[in-house]
Amino acid sequence: MKKEEVPQDLSALGKVTTEVCYATDGSGKYTTEQSKGWDIKITALDAAWQDIEKRIATAREKVTNNEASPLLFFMEKGLMDIDILAGYTGFWKWQIKRHLKPGGFKKLSDKKLKIYADVFEIKPDELKNMRP
Amino acid sequence: MTNNFKHIQAAHCETGVTTNLLRGIGIDKMTEPLAFGIGAGLFFAYIPLLKINNGPAIAFRTLPGRIFSKTCNSLGVHIFRQTFRSKEDAQIALDKRLAEGHAVGCQVGVYYLPYFPKQYRFHFNAHNLVVYGKEADNYLVSDPIMETVTSLTSYELERVRFARGALSPNGRLYYPVNEYTVSDEKIKNAIKTGIKSNVFTMLTIPGFISGIQGIRFTGNRIKKWRDKLGLEKAGLYLAQLVRMQEEIGTGGGGFRYIYAAFLQEANAYHNNDQLLRASETFTNAGDLWRTAAVQAAGIFKGRIGSQADFDVMGDYLLEIAAVEKRAFEGLSKIKWR
Repeated sequence: MKKEEVPQDLSALGKVTTEVCYATDGSGKYTTEQSKGWDIKITALDAAWQDIEKRIATAREKVTNNEASPLLFFMEKGLMDIDILAGYTGFWKWQIKRHLKPGGFKKLSDKKLKIYADVFEIKPDELKNMRP
Repeated sequence: MTNNFKHIQAAHCETGVTTNLLRGIGIDKMTEPLAFGIGAGLFFAYIPLLKINNGPAIAFRTLPGRIFSKTCNSLGVHIFRQTFRSKEDAQIALDKRLAEGHAVGCQVGVYYLPYFPKQYRFHFNAHNLVVYGKEADNYLVSDPIMETVTSLTSYELERVRFARGALSPNGRLYYPVNEYTVSDEKIKNAIKTGIKSNVFTMLTIPGFISGIQGIRFTGNRIKKWRDKLGLEKAGLYLAQLVRMQEEIGTGGGGFRYIYAAFLQEANAYHNNDQLLRASETFTNAGDLWRTAAVQAAGIFKGRIGSQADFDVMGDYLLEIAAVEKRAFEGLSKIKWR
């Protein structure tokens, strides 16, 4: 890539900091050039976020229909999966799978609810009485 | 608590940290491309069954931590690395090193990093930054991908150092222990070792998911994605490929441009035309990766999406594999003096 061809499409990151790109100057020698972002990257990131929004919406629907516990909604909202949630809470994965079902969730003690709530940075009440 | 640490912005976090730390102990000749090349950072791997953020696990570089340790090893720099179980111990150890006057590299997760824009904060744990001082409760932080230095409170730093999920950092810290100077001869040798090692990782590692074979394998897989996953999911997979390739920290073209820059710098030490020719080939490879990204963008934007378009996308990767294979074979045939 030539220095003049380094794209300058303002991205969300570009508002905070420019990025260093390696590009060649007129004589073919490598040098660095600051970039504000690239259209292609922006759309790739947008695509990823659209997918996340969709997953959150699906989770919300499942909670409303009582097919899943509120835990699923907050997990998706925090961009987590069961592995990550297990890491942050210290629960086993099979425990979390159980808590993701409405039945298993109802049996949760206040202590365990608080552990989840702390990870999601909400009050235990909000987790328990989530109104989707 | 003084050290002569200087923040220099870089394209990639780990090479940036390596460069800045090594410059801090007196190796002024260190540059980002040199660190990347000596650390043999160029790679490709696609792990079919593993999912990251609900997309394919694709890497354009070696495992986090490897570039730093490899570069230091080749140059003969003595390093210290440690991970922790307890958050308290991790902070005490960090404070102690800072008090001794060291600038300390830390592996962190991105999700809770407050100075990053929200759109970029995923549960990605292979980010690196340097902590170079402490003022009251604030740690002075040099994140190589940012233009300027920042700071984090002790709570914020603890949180990112103990991020969870794949590749969790467990509070990992690392730094070069002593002041050190290297001769040109040593850098020359380190370049040789780095290139040889990178030739090995890309050409000879057995298995079909990594190196040049991995690129070819991914190319062939992409052609099947449309039927196998459906148009929408296939598009998301391609978006993930593009993000891994271009997103902050690759210097563009999936690290291929940094590597091309490294080969030019290597030529300054070795004076070998083959290095320059290989550099040009990697520039081509980088350009091709970016052309492929434009094609992928057409698909995940929904502008195009027929099977023929996926075939074109897959063929790009096959072409790249051929180009890079040629480049690495050229490098492997170099007669080192």
